[in-house]
Amino acid sequence: MARHAGPLLEMNGITKRFPGVLALDRVDLAVRRGEVHLLLGENGAGKSTLMKILSGACQKDEGDIFLDGRPIEIRSPFHARTLGISMIYQELNLVPNLTVAENIFLGREPSRGGFVLRRRMEGDARRLLRRMQADIAPDALAKDLPVAQQQLVEICRALSLDSKVIVMDEPTSPLTERETTALFRLIRSLKASGVSVIYITHRLEEARLVGDTVTVLRDGRRVGGAPARSLSNERLVRMMVGRTLSQVFPALGRPRPGAVLDVKGLARAGVFGPVSFSLAPGEILGVAGLIGSGRTELARSLIGADPRTAGTIAIGGRAVRIASPRDARRAGLCLLPEDRKAQGLVLGLPVVQNVSLASLERLSRFGFLRLGAERREVQGLVDRLRIRTPSLEQLVRNLSGGNQQKVVLARWLAVEPRILIFDEPTRGIDVGARFEVYKLITALARQGVGIVLVSSDLLEVLGLSHRVAVMRGGRIAAILPRKSANPERVMRLAMGLTREGVRKGHGPSRSAPDGAART
Amino acid sequence: MRRELGAAWALLGLVVLLSAATRAFGGGDFLSVGNLTNILAQVCVTAVLAAGASFVIFGGGIDLSIGSLLAVSAALAAGALKADWPVPLACAAGVLTGAAFGAANGVLVAWLGLPPFIATLGMMGIARGCTYVYLGGAPLFSFPASFRLLSEGRLAGIPAPVIVMGAVFGLGSLILARTRFGRAVYALGGNEEAARLSGIPVRRLKASLYVAGGAAAGLAGILLAARLDSAEPQAGDGYELDAIAAVVMGGASLSGGVGTIGGSLVGALIMGVVRNGLNLLNVSSHWQKVAIGGIILAAVLFDVMRRRRQS
Repeated sequence: MARHAGPLLEMNGITKRFPGVLALDRVDLAVRRGEVHLLLGENGAGKSTLMKILSGACQKDEGDIFLDGRPIEIRSPFHARTLGISMIYQELNLVPNLTVAENIFLGREPSRGGFVLRRRMEGDARRLLRRMQADIAPDALAKDLPVAQQQLVEICRALSLDSKVIVMDEPTSPLTERETTALFRLIRSLKASGVSVIYITHRLEEARLVGDTVTVLRDGRRVGGAPARSLSNERLVRMMVGRTLSQVFPALGRPRPGAVLDVKGLARAGVFGPVSFSLAPGEILGVAGLIGSGRTELARSLIGADPRTAGTIAIGGRAVRIASPRDARRAGLCLLPEDRKAQGLVLGLPVVQNVSLASLERLSRFGFLRLGAERREVQGLVDRLRIRTPSLEQLVRNLSGGNQQKVVLARWLAVEPRILIFDEPTRGIDVGARFEVYKLITALARQGVGIVLVSSDLLEVLGLSHRVAVMRGGRIAAILPRKSANPERVMRLAMGLTREGVRKGHGPSRSAPDGAART
Repeated sequence: MRRELGAAWALLGLVVLLSAATRAFGGGDFLSVGNLTNILAQVCVTAVLAAGASFVIFGGGIDLSIGSLLAVSAALAAGALKADWPVPLACAAGVLTGAAFGAANGVLVAWLGLPPFIATLGMMGIARGCTYVYLGGAPLFSFPASFRLLSEGRLAGIPAPVIVMGAVFGLGSLILARTRFGRAVYALGGNEEAARLSGIPVRRLKASLYVAGGAAAGLAGILLAARLDSAEPQAGDGYELDAIAAVVMGGASLSGGVGTIGGSLVGALIMGVVRNGLNLLNVSSHWQKVAIGGIILAAVLFDVMRRRRQS
């Protein structure tokens, strides 16, 4: 078959309307054969909608799609696959109780007379896995595999379909550092065999490591595209959020002398540590690191949500015993958990009850709630944080992601903490709300609250922190002052690469634990 | 708020329907003060059980053992009466028995981590077995007249068990709506991890819900023993399902965090009204079971469909 000379895949003028929203506005995308094409953008920029159209999960309203120069209409996910377009979603889609081989050939098992030819199927699966240099047994059950290997199985499935285009939606978010490097290696080999990869991400620093070409979306429009190497972070951020970095991140105040938090030798055997650091009042300490590096686990152990096996914590110079989140709260140490819906909010309760949840002791007398005082206080916080809600009785379920995050924040402001730990404070919230959260974080620091900012958004960590602690393999690999922290240096430390690109030995590396694998 | 209103409308509709039916088919006067008081008195045991079950269910748990706890509490209270304990002391012994078994449920669920369904299923068997052992398989009956006042006594024309029921629901409603404890219950049922990270002592709280459920079962057992003038080993068999059905019909979600105790009362009344109406209409008890089951399904289905339309 003669190869078309132009791009392998072209999407021209794609428009998609949802009730009340123009999700995509005449978006163009051109992907060459054998390239890794980065699709960058904030939440709500339209990346997912565009890819859903490409994978047949949703239908475009206008525009044309060409594959190998021929116009195509993609009618369903099944149809997309037969055309050679496969999508690997963030939430992996394996059937847990089937084997690897059964998953790869699900629905098209090699068979004769209605009976599955198991041996042939496993042989085919083994060949595919070998091509990927994946050390996975074809007869292993999918549910027994770590997330990274499940992802590999999905990629094998895509390859078994002779896919020409494989779309990966934030593929590294559940992966540990070792798995991330392995995935990048795999993507390069896919490329070498002529497969095109569309790679959706909002992490600039990792994009640069694998990408050839970049397309940036914002508010449903294509705002630009260029070879990956030619774009600076500054430029990419400007394209993604429509502002310069200095407009994104508010100016930092100056930390005060002394230490509000002193952590020595904190560890949870087999999970993280030992970790030591101290935090000044008014200081923002960023914590960077890949999934599985122990960031979230450290945060949870600090407030007593998970057990710890060693270490001491001092607050304001006095040693404190923290065995539960209740102890931590009483000592003035609070956590905004990474998964707002699963760990932060009670979605079925109104705003007022969510905000007052951690202050019930103070807001009651002899066990009876002072309802008036509660409402006044919550109203004050709602105004101060500009939480957009029709009333205090509105169920939190009905608020937007950004406003939900502010509700959790309001709950902790109500207890007037001395130290506030933010775990992924801007995950899944839109650009405008992000800026507001940044402003709130810096304003809190100016008031003297010590802040630990855990985030997988490297620019966020670098833009908001006085110092950056980089975690790897459960330990702090380095704490960099603001001046000497740049994305490349932090990324290398996080992945354990020296300047020459050789891996240093490092501590226990584990597959992503349950808590961290969620995105 | 609107969900238990829905249950109240359903109750009203059933009352209208049944009074029209009894009038048309000559089943006696459904709407007479006497009959309505009768319904209230009949529904007391289920309603008090449902009040306790409400705490457990709003907090995200389930308690299958309350029917058995009712029996074991009634048996112990009866034993105390037979041993000539003063009536208040015997009643307290009954309630405390229920609370103690409930505490065992709480420890199993909150500290030993058993799923509530399994823990209370086990306790259901244990408590029922204890009742048979204690009673030797035969009922205890003929209690002092002062004990039977709990069934036959009236204050301003209101039967004593109805007063007890009113007090239980008044207290329960106050606790759930106005206290720190009540708030924490809804937070626990709505999202246990969020409640824990907010510094709520979730284990203690969870355990206390089963204690409340057990104490309510103990009280229900005493009301039943007073009404029958007898404590029987098979007392309250299957009542746990009536109580759970009442709570769910009252608008609660079995996954927790949603519901009001007033709704549970309405749910219990719906079942009482239907039973009474069908009795007056001379419908056989076999068909009544079918009707009650159907009404439970209809109530929950209605709620599910309304929520689906809202989202």
